[in-house]
Amino acid sequence: MSTNLADPARLATPPTFQSVSLSRRIKNGVATALVWTAFLIAVIPLVWVLYTVVQRGFPVILDGDWWQKSLSGLLARQQGGGAYHAIYGTLVQGLVCALISVPVGIMIAIYLVEYGGRTRLAKATTFMVDILTGVPSIVAALFIYTVWITYAGFGRSAFAVSLALVLLMVPVVVRTTEEMLKIVPDELREASYALGIPKWKTIVKIVIPTALSGILTGIMLALARVMGETAPVLVLAAYAPFINYNLFDGPMASLPLMMVNERNNPTEAGFERLWGAAITLVLIITLFNLLATVISRVLAPKTK
Amino acid sequence: MAKRLDIKDLNLYYGKFHAVENVSLAVPPRNVTAFIGPSGCGKSTVLRSLNRMHEVAPGARVEGKVLLDGEDIYASTVDPVEVRRTIGMVFQRPNPFPTMSIRDNVVAGLKLAGVKNKKELDEVAERSLRGANLWNEVKDRLDRPGGGLSGGQQQRLCIARAIAVQPDVLLMDEPCSALDPISTLAIEDLITELKKDYTIVIVTHNMQQAARVSDQTAFFNLLGVGQPGQLIEVDDTEKIFSNPGQKATEDYISGRFG
Repeated sequence: MSTNLADPARLATPPTFQSVSLSRRIKNGVATALVWTAFLIAVIPLVWVLYTVVQRGFPVILDGDWWQKSLSGLLARQQGGGAYHAIYGTLVQGLVCALISVPVGIMIAIYLVEYGGRTRLAKATTFMVDILTGVPSIVAALFIYTVWITYAGFGRSAFAVSLALVLLMVPVVVRTTEEMLKIVPDELREASYALGIPKWKTIVKIVIPTALSGILTGIMLALARVMGETAPVLVLAAYAPFINYNLFDGPMASLPLMMVNERNNPTEAGFERLWGAAITLVLIITLFNLLATVISRVLAPKTK
Repeated sequence: MAKRLDIKDLNLYYGKFHAVENVSLAVPPRNVTAFIGPSGCGKSTVLRSLNRMHEVAPGARVEGKVLLDGEDIYASTVDPVEVRRTIGMVFQRPNPFPTMSIRDNVVAGLKLAGVKNKKELDEVAERSLRGANLWNEVKDRLDRPGGGLSGGQQQRLCIARAIAVQPDVLLMDEPCSALDPISTLAIEDLITELKKDYTIVIVTHNMQQAARVSDQTAFFNLLGVGQPGQLIEVDDTEKIFSNPGQKATEDYISGRFG
């Protein structure tokens, strides 16, 4: 204050507000530049991959045969045929995997959130699920190979692939379902108990419907993820260029397996099939993601 | 309908923590009993023990007796689910079920207990919504989600939901603390109406509210941090607010502490 009084040129009281200081402007600029750089680093490969896949694969999938025919009877260098056999394989292997994983995963999550609490069993289960989350797909595939094929004596089949995918999908389903059940407010459970509704009915009729959109979104995303897995199909199912509807026996194609197979085909036909299969897989997974969004929109609790 | 509650030597625990000590209290039928007292004195805990909601919390334990028309709700043969059906509860924050319509919220208790008759459910929904003074506001949008109502309407929806299962006693845990004064007034009027048919116990932080709606008031207090809460005195509301028997009660209602 005394300096102010000594200098008559200055205001009696300094202004309360000043412009943004230089150091803050520099920091802001640097931070903005870093965020944009990070964004570009993330986006460039994504756009590049998408562009390559679309540019090389799109002409292939425009052909109606692609969606309706297999490669049965065609030579490696012969053009034509389609990916029906591989699309069927990918979808059916994913579906069977989901049929097993979803009930198991949801029930584990219900146990952990609604019943387990801090018991030793719940802690052990959470620990196991965590470990399973980190298991690489090749390890899951080799584990199923050992148990299902070497010890149990079954042959390589689509079902064995599904079993390996189950190992990869269950932990994801458990985790997402757990998170969704946890965010259902306890007040809703209490409101239900206070009406004389038993606990199991509260879970089935109040808690799960409230969390359903999130749970289904999680399942769709997990399914999209496992359908692109390559290690299990490489280890557990032989490639077939023809359609095989039998889950339990014989070779069955899938899109990742078709891509691996056609990569060894140096002809123009192989090149087309490889990129065609790639874009088909991307499309199927995108479709599942969109489906997840739609489901969560439709089922989310409404206020209007 | 409308039974009496007798609380005898009730001690409540959360794990090792002794939350409430030696509460004995009679709640007459067709009567509003208010629980007042500072935060943390255990009045909500006592309320939640009256329909066995206390034991829902992990590690929570109850000693003593709560008699509903002479029948101990803590007897080993008693199913807690039945107790909660008979003794309903309204919570501090309105909590309608977000996935259900207004109508389904009201009849949730019956529907989930297996009642399927649509006509019967519709009748119950109308009767309960009229009972909660909400019918006229929502009768044209019964199929809309309950979450779209205002806070005060949601709370009346929760009251309608609680009375739809025709309980003998209605417990209310600070039912107006999240509401504006107009909604509060609506709920208070409703409590006075409901008193004709139900035995009501209400926890409130608002002493004017206790004075306005209750016939009998119980004052709870805490001797110190970490000590169990205690029932200091219970008497006619008029007497508690004009001439309380204990100095602690007088200090609390007149805004002086310690």
